[in-house]
Amino acid sequence: MDPVIELDGLEVRFGSRTILKKLSAKLTGRSIGLLGPNGAGKSTLINTLLGFHTPSSGTARVLGRDVRTHAREVRRLIGYMPESDSYIASMSGVRFVRLMAELAGLPKEHALERAHEAFFYVGLGEVRYRALGTYSLGMKQAAKLAQAIAHGPKLLFLDEPTNGLDPPARLRMIQLIQEIRDRGDLHLILSSHLLRDVEECCDEVLILKDGNIAAFCNLEEERRANKRFLELETRGGVNGSFLEAMEKMGCEAATGAQGRIKLVLPDGVEVKQLYEVAAAQNIQIRRLNHKRDSLEDIFLKAMEAADGRL
Amino acid sequence: MAVYKKTYRPYDGELTASWTRFMVIPRFAFEDMRKSRFLTIFFLASFIYPLIAALVIYVQHNASALNLLGVQNANRLISINATFFLNFLGWQSMLALFLASFTGPGQVSPDLANNALALYLARPFSRVEYVLGKMWILVVLMSLMTWVPGLLLFGLQAYLEEGWTWLRDNAHMGWGIFFGSWVWILILALLALALSAWVKWKPAAGALMFGVFFVAAGFGVAINSVQRTNWGHLFNISALIGSVWVQLFGADPAVNNGGAFFRMPADQALPLWSCWAALALLCAACLYMLARKIRGAEVIK
Repeated sequence: MDPVIELDGLEVRFGSRTILKKLSAKLTGRSIGLLGPNGAGKSTLINTLLGFHTPSSGTARVLGRDVRTHAREVRRLIGYMPESDSYIASMSGVRFVRLMAELAGLPKEHALERAHEAFFYVGLGEVRYRALGTYSLGMKQAAKLAQAIAHGPKLLFLDEPTNGLDPPARLRMIQLIQEIRDRGDLHLILSSHLLRDVEECCDEVLILKDGNIAAFCNLEEERRANKRFLELETRGGVNGSFLEAMEKMGCEAATGAQGRIKLVLPDGVEVKQLYEVAAAQNIQIRRLNHKRDSLEDIFLKAMEAADGRL
Repeated sequence: MAVYKKTYRPYDGELTASWTRFMVIPRFAFEDMRKSRFLTIFFLASFIYPLIAALVIYVQHNASALNLLGVQNANRLISINATFFLNFLGWQSMLALFLASFTGPGQVSPDLANNALALYLARPFSRVEYVLGKMWILVVLMSLMTWVPGLLLFGLQAYLEEGWTWLRDNAHMGWGIFFGSWVWILILALLALALSAWVKWKPAAGALMFGVFFVAAGFGVAINSVQRTNWGHLFNISALIGSVWVQLFGADPAVNNGGAFFRMPADQALPLWSCWAALALLCAACLYMLARKIRGAEVIK
């Protein structure tokens, strides 16, 4: 698969400070999460891909176009939802999105039509003629998403899209992002320091720390692996014979204290079969958990590394 | 597709030519300006002087009109020459300064105050195009106030003189109106945008526009008095422009020292190169100020 983003020794310096330190990676997922603590370089990376900052060395390619030499072409393919409030307070929502769509190159009739559509899509259809300055925080976030998708980009940059949203508004935003992702028409880059947002929306994640790549993993694969990783708590019977039976089925198993067992199920073995074997051995399975919080584990491990370098 | 259909769809339609996109900004700005009654009235009022000047030119060439008014020798009082057109340009340029002070500060500062620049520049739209788009608003309005009516008056005069001779002999005045206006328009537009980019409070930016012209001129006079020199006039933008206009109009500096409001004080003229250099320096400073502020993302070093 062609990489969506390719970082090739990318270094960005502001004066004497090095913000991004020789980053190299190939991101191919449909929906890519950018994680990291504040000051890790997430926004700088996005700004560099948008051409706002010039790399001091190395380069990056977005959908095969070099950001140094084809910045304009790169920006034609991108929709950008910035982290901070960005709007023109006195303009009505739909007029603002129309302006942005026209600047992206849409003829004015198409821009107007798509601005209306985008506003309905993000759930602001009823308030589209109101001045943006009068919108609530959640509405402003949705309006930012509308301007980012109105011109039909191939790649969408979402910088902290759930910032400051209350739980229902956050849920709505996440649903919108998932919906856009699932249509399959575009790629997503979601920058956030909220693990849950990234976990719910992304299939690949790049973790930054102090300007370095601290971890890079495919969440889809992790999720698949996690589904095969079980933690059981049992009562009664003899654990030894239960384990033996599990191993005969091809499971990797390890015992812990107080009847706890960790299992990795091979392909073709279902959870239902565990219960059948347990019943045959007169063992009660009191609790069964799939391994969870894998992203949190990955993130914490990455943060533990001294310089953030893998 | 109907707008009520809540779905996302990619766009595969035609795109506008990239060189035309900077025109989107003035189009939206003009729609906003039309809503301001004050600006509309001011803009329309700025055509009073050109209408009076047209009337003067017409009456001057119409003996029966002069007889009717009982001022048969009036054509000896008002001559349609470089002074006439320099004064016309001076009046209109002063009005253009007012217009730039009213409209200029509202161009960039709202975008900066609301962080909208990141959204403009995240599109296939460069910083230069952004500045051009914002300048275009002022350039169009000020052109309609200065060189467009100026050239129409020049054309009317040439037409009423009934011959190519006057046009050929006074062609330098036509060029003077055109290029002189453009020099002034570019300076005003750049200064208005630069101040708008640095001073986010619109009334303060407007006041600063006047300050640059009038306070700086006063500062120049103070330098002249203290240092017993004429070089303080380098701070007097209107005097510098006046000197440049005299050259562009091909007028005699001994007779003519500029247009209304734009005169270099008599006997204190500076070398012409220094006037051009000072104006170029001012433009360069404005461009530098714009380059520092017009960015997609602020860099904190």
